[in-house]
Amino acid sequence: MSTFTELIDRNRMARLRQRKGTNAAMLSLTGLLTALALVPLFWIIGYVIIRGGRSINLDFFIHLPRPMGMTGGGVLHAIEGTLVVTLLAAVFAIPPGVLAAFYAARFPNTPLGVILRFSTDVLSGVPSIVIGLFTYALMVKPMGHYSGLAGGVALAFLMLPTIIRTTEEMLKLVPSTLREASLGLGAPEWKTSLRVLFPAAANGIITGFLLALARAAGETAPLLLTTLGNERFDLGQIITGGIQAHQSVFQIIGRIVNQPLDSLPLTLWKYAQQPYPERIDQSWAVALVLMILVLLINISARVWIQVRTRRMKG
Amino acid sequence: MQNRKVISPNSLRSRLLRPLRHGDRPWQGMIMLGSALVIVLMAAIGWMLWTRSGDARIAFGWSFLLPTTNPNWDPVKNNFQAWPFIYGTLLTSLFAIGFALPISLGIAIFLAELCPPWLRTPLSWLVELLAAIPSVVYGLWGIFIFLPLVVTPVGNFLANTLGQVPVVGALFTGPIPASGVSRLAASLILTIMIIPTIAAVTRDVFLAIPNSQREASQALGATKWETIWQVLLPYGLSGILGAVILGLGRALGETMAVTMVIGNSIESSSSLLRPGYTMASLIANEFAEAVSNLHTEALIEIGLILFVTTLLLNILARFLVWRVARRTPQEARA
Repeated sequence: MSTFTELIDRNRMARLRQRKGTNAAMLSLTGLLTALALVPLFWIIGYVIIRGGRSINLDFFIHLPRPMGMTGGGVLHAIEGTLVVTLLAAVFAIPPGVLAAFYAARFPNTPLGVILRFSTDVLSGVPSIVIGLFTYALMVKPMGHYSGLAGGVALAFLMLPTIIRTTEEMLKLVPSTLREASLGLGAPEWKTSLRVLFPAAANGIITGFLLALARAAGETAPLLLTTLGNERFDLGQIITGGIQAHQSVFQIIGRIVNQPLDSLPLTLWKYAQQPYPERIDQSWAVALVLMILVLLINISARVWIQVRTRRMKG
Repeated sequence: MQNRKVISPNSLRSRLLRPLRHGDRPWQGMIMLGSALVIVLMAAIGWMLWTRSGDARIAFGWSFLLPTTNPNWDPVKNNFQAWPFIYGTLLTSLFAIGFALPISLGIAIFLAELCPPWLRTPLSWLVELLAAIPSVVYGLWGIFIFLPLVVTPVGNFLANTLGQVPVVGALFTGPIPASGVSRLAASLILTIMIIPTIAAVTRDVFLAIPNSQREASQALGATKWETIWQVLLPYGLSGILGAVILGLGRALGETMAVTMVIGNSIESSSSLLRPGYTMASLIANEFAEAVSNLHTEALIEIGLILFVTTLLLNILARFLVWRVARRTPQEARA
């Protein structure tokens, strides 16, 4: 046999072995990198649960903060503040967001539609601190004081692009036959939109709301410039006081939203910078509450859409 | 026979209900109004930041932005220059991209090309959960756990190795503070925070590449890795670039976590291992306490810089991703 072809064969085998080696090495590297990225996730979640769980108790949820340096007390004011601000944000952001999404889904290629989708993209990329600056200039400066209302508006601006985009995507997924059938039966456009398209897309749209809400609930930077913080905020006292003084519902709501508020992320940020160990412990507890709140909304939204779409396909 | 109630066409009730029965005009008006609101909002952000920083722009002109070796940020003397913050933002974001890109690429390849379909959804979820954790929680974990346990040792190692190299060494001169508070800490936290963004978009880019590309490459005898590296990667390159730019946009604007770990000090050192400031963390720290009009306006001008930068980055990223999305279906059909 000729040694020449043997040599070539051996060379080829060596190269093949090398190529297969590279293949195996690089493919397992991608798996390793995926595992590496998940390390911080489990590290953060695990540590916050352990450390936060140690300093959490019932007082934490039902009491206002004690003066600095004293033990005990809770973060009721921040829990209430977070609820007020995110609720306001949802009320402000959902109606215009859904309407704009109907436009984007129905007329994507008109000049208004093109500019709308572009603006949505840009808005979703604007840093939240810049949104805070803008809302400060828009509301806090003219009103002359920080307020929960301004915070709600700032978070609404942050939620708007998420709501528009998910609603638009979901509306586009509705088969056009549904639309055509409804219009063919003589239903007007608006009725088709609200009674046929919206219910058909509702699952996805609600998921979008929830994801936007989860993001807004965890935001700190815009609230720093709009709600500022208020350790003496007491929702229960405002409401009972208002009722005793025979104030109308609107007056009470006005009093709630017209003063500076705290929120969970804001409180966490402030407590983490203080030299008192009790406050540091409490900031871990706040982190735990906040993380559970945000992850719970996030995961349930995803599970919800997953289950619903599977059922629709099946 | 029953007595049917006749509604006269001109009765008040009928007139009120008419727009509802043929409500397409009002409906269209409403959805156009919703759209207009979003567009006005975007324009208003730019306009507001522009007008509210007018005095600062006139007072400092372009020197506000230009690199200086002797930077000024003096609220007492009302003298402001943004360079140290621009530098801090650029340095931390670029290093974060440098760390995050290879990891995200690995994740995207693993998710799109390798892992079994039943594992893909839960793994994608877990990676995306990283983006759901509030940024203050990252900051808290960073201060007490990540900085002392990871950043300080890594920083000392870098100072002893790369810090000794002649030219590059300027970026890695130590010592890193014992607490770990530094630009390096900000870069590493940002890395973790932007991985989900880059990985998710890159995964979608890979998933959008038509199968004919993979089949052709493997039919020619390429291994799986060669297919990924030499065929799929060049094919999706502009989409991946778009993902990187989206990640960069996130890193530039991230505020709370960075504010908590970067140390917030104006240093003349350009080293990654020293404490610093970013544009976003400066606004978060000083805005509520700014007293003089010029101080507030200088901070708003920094906000304007951030807005314009993220605006441009978003336009670029959308353009790149859109180009891939547009090209792919046509070639898949061919």
